[in-house]
Amino acid sequence: MITAHPGLPEFDYIWPESLIEASKFLADHPGEAIPFMGGTDIFVRMRDGFIKSKYLVDVKCLEESDRITFDPEAGLSLGAAVNMNRVIASPEIQQVYPLLSEAAHTVASYQLRTRATVVGNLCNASPAGDTTGACVVLDGTLLVHGVDGFRTESLKTFFLGPGKTRLKPGDIVRAIQFPLPPPGYSARYYKLGRNASGDLAIVGVTVLGFPDDSAPSGYRFRIALASVAPVPLVPLEAEKILTNEPITPENITKAARAAMDACNPISDVRGSARYRKLMVRNLTEKLIREVWQKIGNGR
Amino acid sequence: MANHRIRLRINGNLEEVEAPSNMTLLQLLRDKLALMGTKNGCSAGECGACTVMMNGEPVNSCLVLAVECEGSEIITVEGLAQDGRLDQVQKALIETGGVQCGFCTPGMLISIRALLDRNPNPGETEIRDAIVGNLCRCTGYLRVIQAVHEASKQQTIGLV
Repeated sequence: MITAHPGLPEFDYIWPESLIEASKFLADHPGEAIPFMGGTDIFVRMRDGFIKSKYLVDVKCLEESDRITFDPEAGLSLGAAVNMNRVIASPEIQQVYPLLSEAAHTVASYQLRTRATVVGNLCNASPAGDTTGACVVLDGTLLVHGVDGFRTESLKTFFLGPGKTRLKPGDIVRAIQFPLPPPGYSARYYKLGRNASGDLAIVGVTVLGFPDDSAPSGYRFRIALASVAPVPLVPLEAEKILTNEPITPENITKAARAAMDACNPISDVRGSARYRKLMVRNLTEKLIREVWQKIGNGR
Repeated sequence: MANHRIRLRINGNLEEVEAPSNMTLLQLLRDKLALMGTKNGCSAGECGACTVMMNGEPVNSCLVLAVECEGSEIITVEGLAQDGRLDQVQKALIETGGVQCGFCTPGMLISIRALLDRNPNPGETEIRDAIVGNLCRCTGYLRVIQAVHEASKQQTIGLV
């Protein structure tokens, strides 16, 4: 019988009391147990039959996972269980890392963001993740607890493919840490969706720029692109152009083209590969200009 | 599959129920407790028909496990009226004609109540943002937005 809305498949819900217990359980059941936070992604994929798991391990109540800590010298630590609405509402994040709030605000709806987390978004490793670009350009590092204790993972090497990361069985992300952003920086996220809000990104472009005397151009830019490759993409060639060549309208166009050339999108229900590439070029150009306006004092 | 004994408060009443691991909060409300006000639309967190308040914040109850609600405070549409008197938001929706088929209404009401709890005087943008996740296919949103303005006004007058 086909039901319009089948329930979730059978699994056992596990509620460990410590990170050590959680890591051990996950490591003892490789391929059979998955850690989860808000469940906004995993429940849908389980119900649709894309994920099967004997155990779901609830890791959102473990050891300070729900804290936002900001230190004016060390930067920001965002607990893995902090939901997106808290990221949007946090005065410190709004003030120092507004890009994070802005990106989180583009995710789905208010009630979904009550449950959705930034760290969950990263661990799902969706190329379309809305907060991933912000975390990448803000130079985020994951604090991971595994069977051998804590370690850090840079986001630069974290993503291996759609849904695939460097996390191993037993690994649980406890927090994401951000250094202080570079002085004088400005950043933007542009999400192109099929409607004004709520939908997944057709493409997502994040651009961060800051003055840097050690760069030949006097500036450095960090760019991250969503929904245009198997992993969140950093177009290195585009970044290089903006570091090494004078920031002129021509070179901004050149960098935007390089970003487009770095993409390898698929065609799907949200948009064709060709459309995605063109939108990456246009939006990257638009955002570099906007950021440049702010950091270059309109020079 | 393991069964869990869960204690939670629903619309102010303490409930103690047994639920298997894979039961959602939505299934708990409708199938176990016969609270049919909360609707099942898409089961995927898109439509918002199943929105309820969990510890004061709206959630899609189709994407919350019943077992995760241990110790939680849940408010459904049935819990909005107090002592037989409709909530200000319910009154405003009726008065502005913001209800047609009514399927989205329970979730819409919860989202709006939660909005007015955190922001008693929301602007147009805040209102639209708060109901982005509540899809309505017949009334449209203009009268609903009008109702939120109205409820906000009445609520403020009520406080004076």
